[in-house]
Amino acid sequence: MELDLLVVQFQKKDTAAFEKLYGMYSENICGIINTIVRNDTLAEEICQDVFIKIWNNAESYNASKGRFFTWILNIARNAAIDEIRSKSYKNNKQNLSSDFFVGILDNKADTITEKEDHAGFRRLLVNLKDKCVQIIELLYFKGFTQKEVAEELDIPLGTVKTRNRNCISQIRNNMAL
Amino acid sequence: MDIKEYISSGILELYVAGTLSEIENLEVYLNAEKYPEIKKEIEAIEASILSLSKSVSPGVKGFEAIKVKINGKNAGAPPLKQINWGAYFGWAASLIFMAGLMWVFQENRQLKSDIDQAAKEKVSLEEQIAESETSLEKTKILLETIRDKNITVVAMGGQIVAPNAYAKAYWNKKEQQVYIDAQGLPEPPEGMVYQVWSLKLDPLTPTSMGLLSDFTMDNNRVFALANPNDSEAFGITLEPAGGSESPNLDQLYALGVAVS
Repeated sequence: MELDLLVVQFQKKDTAAFEKLYGMYSENICGIINTIVRNDTLAEEICQDVFIKIWNNAESYNASKGRFFTWILNIARNAAIDEIRSKSYKNNKQNLSSDFFVGILDNKADTITEKEDHAGFRRLLVNLKDKCVQIIELLYFKGFTQKEVAEELDIPLGTVKTRNRNCISQIRNNMAL
Repeated sequence: MDIKEYISSGILELYVAGTLSEIENLEVYLNAEKYPEIKKEIEAIEASILSLSKSVSPGVKGFEAIKVKINGKNAGAPPLKQINWGAYFGWAASLIFMAGLMWVFQENRQLKSDIDQAAKEKVSLEEQIAESETSLEKTKILLETIRDKNITVVAMGGQIVAPNAYAKAYWNKKEQQVYIDAQGLPEPPEGMVYQVWSLKLDPLTPTSMGLLSDFTMDNNRVFALANPNDSEAFGITLEPAGGSESPNLDQLYALGVAVS
């Protein structure tokens, strides 16, 4: 209820409401962008652009079309994917040690002290199978459709929904630990 | 509806991921509004994704940076819609086209008017040429006439009323024609006319040869008069319009004796 009210205020160009929503979602959105671009500085830049974009397009959000978070998530994914397809990104492309977002941690392990957040990340992924990590990344961080996920992971279409549910359930269990 | 079954189908996880169709999204939204249990489940799923994504965050810049960027565009007014350059371009193009059309129309009218003007000028020039040709022809004839070997030239000097006046008579005795060159005479006053006289001396007997009528109208000021007389001198007097029977010698303008 409080979220709905904030969103309404935000859509009326209430800066204070926007600031609260930014506080609620900015880290998550920046995190998702980072799993795609694999560059902290770049991720922060894109993240800022995404929030400016949602402010400018606030009126285009409608609750009946989905969650507010999902709306931003979608915009963020598209912005990040656009970036990695751009020329400037390709020129600066790093060698990625992993295809999946867990690789972010592996990359950082060598150079910087592990942050508590990353510890949290490991905690969330406890007992999570690789196929769960894959399906979550594809669905949430890369914006694949069910059909695309089924093709990518070579599993039946009907399996995507249930497997994803099981994986998310595991994360929810880990959160409760 | 079996809520538990609905929840366990995994559709809510896909709803949060944003991979459902528009219709499916609407269906989930309405179910969530109707059944608090479904809404709670959605929020729990969202929370798990939030914590997962937060854990890979590179850290964020403060809201201040964004505030600065959006404040210019805020000011209470709705955000500026993206300028539809296509439409602007279309309007601009049509305006330019209209202006161009009007210019062409104006230009066309101007040209038509110019053509009319040029045509009038052409007619006028043609008339001038014709006049000049006529004038030239007349001058040539005149020149030939006075160069004729049978011509006797009589110079006529000015008299008391007009000491500076002068005239010349070109007399072709054979053809009994006299050409009076009246270039040196002043213009006659209104209602008066020059009259040319053939004079026999001893005793002085004047015979009218005719009037220099339309004096001002004739640019050449050369007048052809018949002269069947055996003249010894020529005189020009100013007479009332229509001429006189005998010359008014008080108004004698030019006089010359034919020496032959």
